[in-house]
Amino acid sequence: MPMLLHEASLKRQSIFDALFRNLTRIAAFGVLILLAAIITSLVLGSMPAIKTFGFGFLISPEWDPVNDQFGALIPIVGTLITSFIALLIAIPVSFGIAIFLTELSPRVLRRPLGVAIELLAGIPSIIYGMWGLFVFAPLFADHVEPWLNEHVGTLPYIGPFFSGPPMGIGILTASIILAIMVIPFIASVMRDVFDVVPAMLKESAYGLGSTTWEVMLHIVLPYTKIGVAGGIMLGLGRALGETMAVTFVIGNAHELSKSLLNPGNSISSALANEFTEAFGELYTASLIELGLILFFITFVVLSISRYMLYKLSKREGKAA
Amino acid sequence: MLNLYTRRRFTNALGLTVSVLAMAFGLFWLCWILWTLLDHGLPALTSDVFTKMTPPPGSSGGLWNAIFGSLMMTVGGTLLGTPIGILAGTYLAEFGERGWLAPVTRFINDILLSAPSIVIGLFVYEVYVVHVKHFSGWAGTLALAIIVIPIVIRTTENMLRLVPSTLREAAAALGAPQWKIINFVTLRAARAGIITGVMLAIARISGETAPLLFTSLNNQFWSSDMDQPMANLPVVIFQFAMSPYEDWQSLAWAGALLITFSVLTLNILARVLFRQNASSH
Repeated sequence: MPMLLHEASLKRQSIFDALFRNLTRIAAFGVLILLAAIITSLVLGSMPAIKTFGFGFLISPEWDPVNDQFGALIPIVGTLITSFIALLIAIPVSFGIAIFLTELSPRVLRRPLGVAIELLAGIPSIIYGMWGLFVFAPLFADHVEPWLNEHVGTLPYIGPFFSGPPMGIGILTASIILAIMVIPFIASVMRDVFDVVPAMLKESAYGLGSTTWEVMLHIVLPYTKIGVAGGIMLGLGRALGETMAVTFVIGNAHELSKSLLNPGNSISSALANEFTEAFGELYTASLIELGLILFFITFVVLSISRYMLYKLSKREGKAA
Repeated sequence: MLNLYTRRRFTNALGLTVSVLAMAFGLFWLCWILWTLLDHGLPALTSDVFTKMTPPPGSSGGLWNAIFGSLMMTVGGTLLGTPIGILAGTYLAEFGERGWLAPVTRFINDILLSAPSIVIGLFVYEVYVVHVKHFSGWAGTLALAIIVIPIVIRTTENMLRLVPSTLREAAAALGAPQWKIINFVTLRAARAGIITGVMLAIARISGETAPLLFTSLNNQFWSSDMDQPMANLPVVIFQFAMSPYEDWQSLAWAGALLITFSVLTLNILARVLFRQNASSH
């Protein structure tokens, strides 16, 4: 009799095992369903706009709620330009921070300083927006933009980009604030990948007489270039989708102007500003299509980023 | 020869100086933002903030209903998202050795981790708000839960992978079935790390504004009904900061100070807690 009891108990345990395994599997599968649901609902929601405007939606600069004419060109361009300028500023700064944290910082300070930079990523984006609007933009308008107008705005070729009314809010301000926001993401990926460079590789270069700077530039950077690129793409993904900080300072004007000092618009700020006030099916659908485009762009950028970081970690595993 | 040597030394000094400056540049913004918050927020942070409701334009009041709403939705989002995240993370770490599901889920999860939160708001609007035809606290909770899930999945998987296999093997050798091994041995060993992940997730969602704009919206009055539009700190800050009224703007600064310092405290606490546990093992 005890034998049978034992068997029943074993059987019960294997049922529990199967139940638990399938429960976790369903949860994991839920992530895929979530992604599919997000894409499906956005596509369904933007159907009226897709049907009405077709492919032209992507290249039309029109945004006229009164006459039901919508095009995504201005927000798309605004999103891409602000993110691009943000990266131009953030990449060198992040590289410097990563060098400092891996090579120069005294050991005791390494961790607190690293955490401080990571805290920069912890500050909610709405705080960046408020600070940008009330503190940064007025200072920028009073001190930096007039200078830009006077000294850079008169130069040939790049001049037109930097001349315009010194209002403080605009594409350039939004880009600078975005840069501050993505620095911690790029810097911490760079620091992490710099840390995996084999010490022997660096020591050999030092042994041959290289300076610290040469080691960073000619040994560490080439060795980690895929990871660094992955970190940059991760930062780009963040910058593209950032909403609140940009909404506060970009000016929310559906205009395409050459000057970076003029107000503009981005996909996310258009959504944040107009969605709850949108009237009519086509207006709402056009905004949802903007969201779909944003999701698509960030999806591609983040996939590339993950692929690159994955490739680096695979190589690291092989070397070890 | 000397020339080349001097030039290299100069480039080195220049490069390293610039990297010190880059570090200072990063810290400078952190200090400036925190200083601004203290400077504008502290004078506005009176006891009214915690006792009175959000005021109509031009008069004074507090943020109590917004604080309450934020707490409700953050707690709700965490309670809803955490179990799903832990389960899925367990699958990735414990059962995901073979098959296509684990690698694909891991990849998609990493993308959802950094996906624009405003799109999550749009999604919940489309699948929930449109069907019940009004904004509500539940919709906000749902949006926040969707943001919590990828964060918890990621940390759960990472933390479970740190648990040494010998622990699992020891439990298996004693005859424990797999579900018991995972629930009573591995998950327990990884508890500190998973709690860290949940804390980071709470820190992340308590400052999120974009997904709440289209879901819970805002409510000027006291409401503890999750089925109604619900006030919450981030959206109130957004609305008040963009307004021309000085009373509203100073309340926005008070709210900003509250949010930032609770988020940063959570961030630091999570790191300290994890470090303590990691070093005691």
